[in-house]
Amino acid sequence: MFLQKLPSILPKHFNGICNVSPKRFSSHFTYTPDEKAPIAGPKVKMNMFQAINNALDISLQSDESAVLFGEDVAFGGVFRCSMNLQKKYGKERVFNTPLCEQGIAGFGIGIANTGSTAIAEIQFADYIFPAFDQIINEAAKCRYRSGNLFDCGSLTIRAPCGAVGHGALYHSQSPEAFFAHVPGLKVVIPRGPNKAKGLLLACVKDKDPCIIFEPKTLYRAAVEEVPEAPFESAIGQADILRPGNDVTLIAWGTQVHVMKEVADMAKAKFKVNCEVIDLVSILPWDKETVCNSVKKCGRVVIAHEAPLTSGFGAEIAATIQEECFLHLEAPVQRVTGWDTPFPHVFEPFYLPDKHRCLEAIRKVIEF
Amino acid sequence: MSLIRNVKLIRKLTVKGYKCFSTSVNCNANSAESVVFPGATAPFVVKPELSLPSNNDPIPIYRIMDRNGQILESSQDPNLSKEIVTKMFRDMVLLNTMDKILYESQRQGRISFYMTNSGEEASHVGSAAALSNNDLVYAQYREAGVLVWRGFTISDFIDQCYGNSDDQGKGRQMPVHYGSKKLNFVTISSPLATQTSQAVGAAYALKRRPNNDRCVVTYFGEGAASEGDAHAAFNFAATLSCPVILFCRNNGFAISTPSDEQYKGDGIAGRGVGYGIPAIRVDGTDIFAVYNATKIARDYVLKDNKPIVFEAMAYRIGHHSTSDDSTAYRPAEDLEVWNTVESPITKLKNYLNNRGWWNEDEENDFVKQTRKQILSQISLSEKKLKPNWREMFTDVYCEMPRNIKDQLAEMEDHVSRHKEHYPLANFKSDN
Repeated sequence: MFLQKLPSILPKHFNGICNVSPKRFSSHFTYTPDEKAPIAGPKVKMNMFQAINNALDISLQSDESAVLFGEDVAFGGVFRCSMNLQKKYGKERVFNTPLCEQGIAGFGIGIANTGSTAIAEIQFADYIFPAFDQIINEAAKCRYRSGNLFDCGSLTIRAPCGAVGHGALYHSQSPEAFFAHVPGLKVVIPRGPNKAKGLLLACVKDKDPCIIFEPKTLYRAAVEEVPEAPFESAIGQADILRPGNDVTLIAWGTQVHVMKEVADMAKAKFKVNCEVIDLVSILPWDKETVCNSVKKCGRVVIAHEAPLTSGFGAEIAATIQEECFLHLEAPVQRVTGWDTPFPHVFEPFYLPDKHRCLEAIRKVIEF
Repeated sequence: MSLIRNVKLIRKLTVKGYKCFSTSVNCNANSAESVVFPGATAPFVVKPELSLPSNNDPIPIYRIMDRNGQILESSQDPNLSKEIVTKMFRDMVLLNTMDKILYESQRQGRISFYMTNSGEEASHVGSAAALSNNDLVYAQYREAGVLVWRGFTISDFIDQCYGNSDDQGKGRQMPVHYGSKKLNFVTISSPLATQTSQAVGAAYALKRRPNNDRCVVTYFGEGAASEGDAHAAFNFAATLSCPVILFCRNNGFAISTPSDEQYKGDGIAGRGVGYGIPAIRVDGTDIFAVYNATKIARDYVLKDNKPIVFEAMAYRIGHHSTSDDSTAYRPAEDLEVWNTVESPITKLKNYLNNRGWWNEDEENDFVKQTRKQILSQISLSEKKLKPNWREMFTDVYCEMPRNIKDQLAEMEDHVSRHKEHYPLANFKSDN
């Protein structure tokens, strides 16, 4: 538990843009902001934790029943997402809980059962497992098992996930696939500030329990012009970030930025146009956008940080072979973390970096 | 600033309270320049002292009625009206009668599973009677008496056990997983103790509402109290000041595991002090003790928005469930006393007889009539169709997502082509 607190200070030292950081903290990706604003209107430059803070602020402002809680949330959260919110909304609405993830989840379900809005923070996705039973057996099944008499749809769980350069086994995991296997949940992952704000507001309003995994390396590294007004990003809808005709590249979270860079590299090196898709939503996921793209391109590379075996890429690949079999020009490639725990000093070798992704593109075009 | 205040505070405590607290307290150590540890405020000693559990007396068991139905202490008689007490008794007898019949119906293969409540009827009905029907209940699975008190009907119970089209849970759960929105009884789930931290969250939400007059009650067994979720519930309830009654039904057994293999401390009530929560322990076979204590607990939690640990001591007379045979781990003769003179129903019957409010004939008539009602409901519930099989796909989400729509369509197509392999006649159809 002591260890759990350590990395809280690390992101502050972490720039995320490799060129200006010490070598040790160099990043495996180059963040690029969205080209299009989600809505019109005045905008403010925000990084991802500020955009999340803004979405939380809007949620607390617009819904008096809403409460925000978790470990160390009161002082602003170890990743600063709840900064100043206790000051603004009071200790009754923004508060610390004891250090107990299963309690946080159960407590949130109960709040949501009464119709009030519960926004729970799990400090790291790596520590969500004590809450697994509450999320899987209780939150996800509440509506179903009661014949729709009760539900906990007003529960949203936020958890920082993913590689951060130095997080090792217990501050780096991407556990989205575990939760993708659970009917009744919705699971989303933003790629930057705008998406984070839109998805978080959508999750809070959504009538089903939602988990939003926030790639922690983007909290500071990702900066965008974010509309001041509230807006929602559709859950279950993928975004085509770059259109192309030759190879479909599918990713989510931080990996989207790797894929965008890889698309440039593939264009330069292989003269191919890649279509880059941010899946955005893991459960439910946008089969239609993915399959339409694959039918057009015939070649596909899926990349995620989580391990290969039973990673969410497996689900996508299986669906692609089912739906797009005759359109495929090459076997579906998956570039992922290896089937090992997430290692500390070996992180550069573990991640599905741009070089491994580019190699996968070479394979599908040379097949 | 706060540091200085704390130093002053400890000095004050030293002078006022703790100076002669024990012979081993060293006054110099206490008055020395020292600060307060953030984690505890306590006097200093210069000799090591083990804080032994045996130094503390066990929490007493509140009991006001003897085996003969005599009130031991007249000031404690809740003086409930004949109407209320006879309703209590009828509800307990109804529950017991229904248990016996549904247990047997499982044995005959009519329903798939059942769990009886015998031995604990007083803790269910006594607590339910002391609560407001608006108080929200998060139960475990052996609290059917609470539902009986609140008006869950025989058909509600039996339709759920059959999972037929009148089961509010739409046939999705095993028998005894009841729930009722109308009766403020959150639908039961099988995992143990998960309901406890949910109850705490619900209590937190309710206390924030203007003029709140509702508390939350969560029932759980002493075995479930070993789960991490129970710890979470106790600690969250205390730290977040939630108006919740943490109601432990200590019936001595978690399936086969006796309570002395479940914990070593002073039961579940004994844990209250460790969490900074007051506790009360009652004789769960004495309905008036349960009633009075629940009233006290309810008043306490609502007055200051604080939790309370409530431990009702009883003995599980039945097997754990229809999948269990308790003679494999406890001698049948142990049951005798609990089934007769210590039975909560017998005690209340004696009370009623002493008052002249009830007699043997009335009881026989009531049991006979109830049995008849239950048996005819069984034959009715058995004949009812199961819900449309498509209900398997609904309520997973508020709105059915594309993947589930696709799967529903796939199954519809499959079923239409292979009707003969599926028990469609037992299920409601679209028409």
